[in-house]
Amino acid sequence: MKTQSIVATFLAGAFAVLMLAMPMLVSADTTPAAPAATAAAPAAAAPAAAPAPVPNKGDTTWMLISTALVIMMTIPGLALFYGGLVRTKNMLSVLTQVFVIFCLISVLWAIYGYSMAFGTPGGSLNSFIGGFGKAFLKGVTPDSVVETFSKGVVIPELVFMVFQLTFAAITTALVVGGFAERIKFSSLLVFSVLWFTFSYLPMAHMVWFWGGPSAYGDPAGFVFSKGALDFAGGTVVHINAGMAALMGAIVIGKRVGYPKTAMPPHSLTMTMIGASLLWVGWFGFNAGSNLEATGTAVLAMVNTTLATAAAALSWMFAEWLFKGKPSLLGATSGAVAGLVAVTPAAGFAGPMGAIVLGLVVGLVCLWSVSVLKKMFGYDDTLDVFGVHAIGGIVGAIGTGIVVSPALGGTGVFDYATGKVAEFSMSAQVISQLWGVGTAIVWSGVVSFVLFKVIDMVMGLRVSEEAEREGLDIAEHGEKAYNP
Amino acid sequence: MKLVTAIIKPFKLDDVRDSLAEVGVQGVTVTEVKGFGRQKGHTELYRGAEYVVDFLPKVKIEVAIDEKMLDKVVEAITKAARTGKIGDGKIFVYDLEQVFRIRTGETGKEAL
Repeated sequence: MKTQSIVATFLAGAFAVLMLAMPMLVSADTTPAAPAATAAAPAAAAPAAAPAPVPNKGDTTWMLISTALVIMMTIPGLALFYGGLVRTKNMLSVLTQVFVIFCLISVLWAIYGYSMAFGTPGGSLNSFIGGFGKAFLKGVTPDSVVETFSKGVVIPELVFMVFQLTFAAITTALVVGGFAERIKFSSLLVFSVLWFTFSYLPMAHMVWFWGGPSAYGDPAGFVFSKGALDFAGGTVVHINAGMAALMGAIVIGKRVGYPKTAMPPHSLTMTMIGASLLWVGWFGFNAGSNLEATGTAVLAMVNTTLATAAAALSWMFAEWLFKGKPSLLGATSGAVAGLVAVTPAAGFAGPMGAIVLGLVVGLVCLWSVSVLKKMFGYDDTLDVFGVHAIGGIVGAIGTGIVVSPALGGTGVFDYATGKVAEFSMSAQVISQLWGVGTAIVWSGVVSFVLFKVIDMVMGLRVSEEAEREGLDIAEHGEKAYNP
Repeated sequence: MKLVTAIIKPFKLDDVRDSLAEVGVQGVTVTEVKGFGRQKGHTELYRGAEYVVDFLPKVKIEVAIDEKMLDKVVEAITKAARTGKIGDGKIFVYDLEQVFRIRTGETGKEAL
């Protein structure tokens, strides 16, 4: 009964906020119509004199395919990867959490997420967050376009919007691995809405928002302005989600019986299927982040294959060496660590740089899930911090190294001069550290506060009895498997 | 009448069933069980977490027989289930007070 009233209040509250916000947004947008239009211009239009650029069909097609691939990463990829790692009695709860968060964030992205992350500058707060000018996808039509990373090349804004939607959704879904097997579903949904709003949107805006190649001098996001490179979301997606998962694991506490009771994965078959779907889907994630079907997209795909394979091997061989046996879970975990690390570097590293990055991250993440985790004793159920945050940090800093033209990387393109700028590794690594530090602090603080507040208001955790019974029956009234 | 209960290695089940049939046993009941004895278990490692699994899977066979058959039955099971390695299992023998065949209502040795 209590849960029902919480859900009802939640729905009513969300509805009321929407109803209040709608006229406000519309009027805010109609009164200063001119500034809003010019403000949107840098990202959306070419110089007035030249003929308007038309999207290339190949680019548009690639972005449609990439978007579908990233959806597949989340459902069912991530859901199966995570689901296989929990005990049978919690399988269905993890599948439900990932599936429903994907749906929830998709809707929120269209309502206000896209506008606040990418759609419009945020006035005096523009370093940190965007504005409401494109809330409810106002003005985002099949004819509106956004510029890619090449001057004068555009893609339909709608495909950019839905591509970025999938990033927001998978990032929020990634977080559930930190406190799987014990969180209350209602509290998780409330957290997801708030975390998406106060952590994901600002991070995406800070790292990725800029004027585009035709207006590169326009005000950009805070981290972008520091010169940090993040090709496909090492900071925005992985460090961000990993920190939230760690904070969740700490605030909500350990599972009953952890670490004494054996809690082995119930199906590594599912986990292997999930990891493989993640790998294939990641081609959309990384190569799609190029926004065009060009040579750089191919480079991103090649790097995504090589770094992943290298990390799977380094994790597996290291485990074989130190623990005596090569494991499938080790190989698949290594693959995911490799995918995470190559994400910020995908379009910047050379293929050999990607292999080195993969070999390094496999070892570092094995260390983080077996040594670091034990050292601090937190119960990060599915090692979201150990693989995504740590792997993301290795990848973000590593990007500043492997981007070096001397190491086969692409170097950093300077839009002011129209060519690759002179490269300084120390300066680039410092820029990268700005990205890493911002993500750690921002996500860490926001997540900690949100978890504490939700815990006080409605409680984060199911009862001990429910936890022992399993969340499938206790929270959802179903089982994943009926004999 | 006797009830013979044997705990054996799972892969020996078919051999034991065949050798019991040879000595004239009419029926057995088989259960999959877990347990520990002198045979050591194994370690499972999932990322950083190491679990010692010491309850090993075994098969339990129950046979109700006339006491005259006891030696032959015990020998049949022993011969078929033995590998010579630790963990081959055990045989327990109980006195059996009464037996009823549900379909016909027969009792005692008639019902075996």
